[in-house]
Amino acid sequence: MNRQGSDGMTMIEKNVGRQQHRLARDKSYLQSKLLKPNKKQSLENFFGKAIAMSCAALLLIAVISIIYFIASKGLSTFFVNQVSIVDFLTGLKWDPEGEPALFGAFSFILGSFLVTVLAALVAAPLGIGAAIFMNEIYPTFGKKFVKPVIELLVGIPSVVYGYVGLTVLVPFIRERFEVLGFSLLAGGLVLALMILPTITSVATDAIEAVPQDMRNAARALGATRWQTIWHVVLHGALPGCLTAIVLGMARAFGEALAVQMVIGNTSKLPESIFDPISTLTSAITLNMGNTIQGTAYNNALWSLALLLLLMSLFFIMILRILGRKKLDNR
Amino acid sequence: MRAKTIDRIATYVLTGIAVLIIAVLVGLLGFILTNGWHKLTFDFITSPPDLLKAGGGVGPQLFNSLYLLVLTMLISLPLGLGAGIYMAEYAPNNRITQSIRLCIEVLSSLPSIVVGLFGLLVFVTMTGWGYSLMSGALALTVFNLPLLVRISEDAIRNVPKSQKEASFALGISKWRTVVTVLLPAALPGIVTGAILASGRVFGEAAALLFTAGMSSPDLIFHDFNLDSPTSPLNPFRPAETLAVHIWKVNTEGLTPDARDVADGAAAILVLAVLLFNLGARWFGTWLFKKMTSVTR
Repeated sequence: MNRQGSDGMTMIEKNVGRQQHRLARDKSYLQSKLLKPNKKQSLENFFGKAIAMSCAALLLIAVISIIYFIASKGLSTFFVNQVSIVDFLTGLKWDPEGEPALFGAFSFILGSFLVTVLAALVAAPLGIGAAIFMNEIYPTFGKKFVKPVIELLVGIPSVVYGYVGLTVLVPFIRERFEVLGFSLLAGGLVLALMILPTITSVATDAIEAVPQDMRNAARALGATRWQTIWHVVLHGALPGCLTAIVLGMARAFGEALAVQMVIGNTSKLPESIFDPISTLTSAITLNMGNTIQGTAYNNALWSLALLLLLMSLFFIMILRILGRKKLDNR
Repeated sequence: MRAKTIDRIATYVLTGIAVLIIAVLVGLLGFILTNGWHKLTFDFITSPPDLLKAGGGVGPQLFNSLYLLVLTMLISLPLGLGAGIYMAEYAPNNRITQSIRLCIEVLSSLPSIVVGLFGLLVFVTMTGWGYSLMSGALALTVFNLPLLVRISEDAIRNVPKSQKEASFALGISKWRTVVTVLLPAALPGIVTGAILASGRVFGEAAALLFTAGMSSPDLIFHDFNLDSPTSPLNPFRPAETLAVHIWKVNTEGLTPDARDVADGAAAILVLAVLLFNLGARWFGTWLFKKMTSVTR
């Protein structure tokens, strides 16, 4: 059994020696491994962070380049084609192909504001009412039916809204009121339907955020449900509801195709709610494809786009101010 | 009036509003689907449109919409995920982070026509690609990115902190933790959000008018040569999508059966949106159950 090796050690002694040696080697290996930074991992860490960072930086670049390019094109109407800014904003005549060419965009600006305000006037009470219903009156039914319905309404593409407006709303107005049908009213109603889900979901969040204690306190004082809603809940949720309306208005102001399909597109000033009008967005969609880049007409369209961009920045400013108010209230 | 009477009236009014909204949606969906249902034949879905005669289909448009969606998602999903990871895990609380947040806000509230015009200037004219699927996909990326960033940031933030700490305690590096622990846990939320975002991309038209164009070449569906202008897979050919097609047949009005075509196309769009919506919910919950074994 006890076989002798050539150097006079037993097999067992040999094995033990070998193992000790291996252990020592492993130990020093582990030590060096634990004490030195892992190059592969730190490289991975570095590149991972760099990739994530550059993706985020892309957002900054996108916004800056959008503002830069639209502004540089839009301002060239005033600096290259020498159209006065005051004339552009207040002029009543839009005749870019006439002699002399006239660039009075007031009717477009007015049209955009009118449809937006009309849409907000229709959608705000409905949206906030639905939000109250979902939270205060019938939460189970509201959460089960109204909420999914609202979510579905968000998803329907804007051209579909425009198309339904064109095939249902416009003929209806035409027959009911004996007018053209393509009108400020049709545009406002289509937009109201489109911004309704936005207003409802944001207002719902605001109303949900009102502490339950405040409702309980009001009810304990003998207030009816409506008194609680009106004096306590809506009061607390006011900044949130305003945010909802402004968000909806921002969406309405920038909507292009649905509005363009139903408002009739004339550059004349409207005399009543049943008259056709034009908005900034509809003027751009209709004419951008037919004008040659670099001409005064084309540049004027870019100026309209610049106005749209500025308005959307303005809406964001209002939203930020409202957001700060919300924080102050808490 | 007594307070109780007012209370009762208010309850009726608010209930009326809720019922009105549901009725409008049901009416809207019912109108679109019943009008378009008879158009949804195999022939209509696959045959090319006919500009001057009745009886054209929307085959190429439907294909373009789907292909554009895939391209857009291929570009915007990694970017949105990267930016979401940065905002959730790395971003320090300083001015730069705040300005990135402001940028997300600005991008998400930009009118889509403005995004389209920006695309016209940069992706169509400056790159020299002309109206093309690629330009359209890039414009839609600008329009889609803020939403995806928000979705992935929220999903990553919602992963329980203990999971991250456990991973750090095992000596796993930060990036490894993000990729192997946080992302899988956040996946159900990201997938649900991405599917919902796809629905939005699928129906978008205003940003595509001047980027992907309003015409589609005659596609030869067995042509897989990416350079050929008639190959359906060529990303540098003009492509009219379904949503743009609805707008075009209604405003240009050369097609005699414009109403029919638009009815059918609208029905397809709405069905697709419904599918995306339900699919997102169902798939999200399924994935959540599969990956976390939590029963809700």
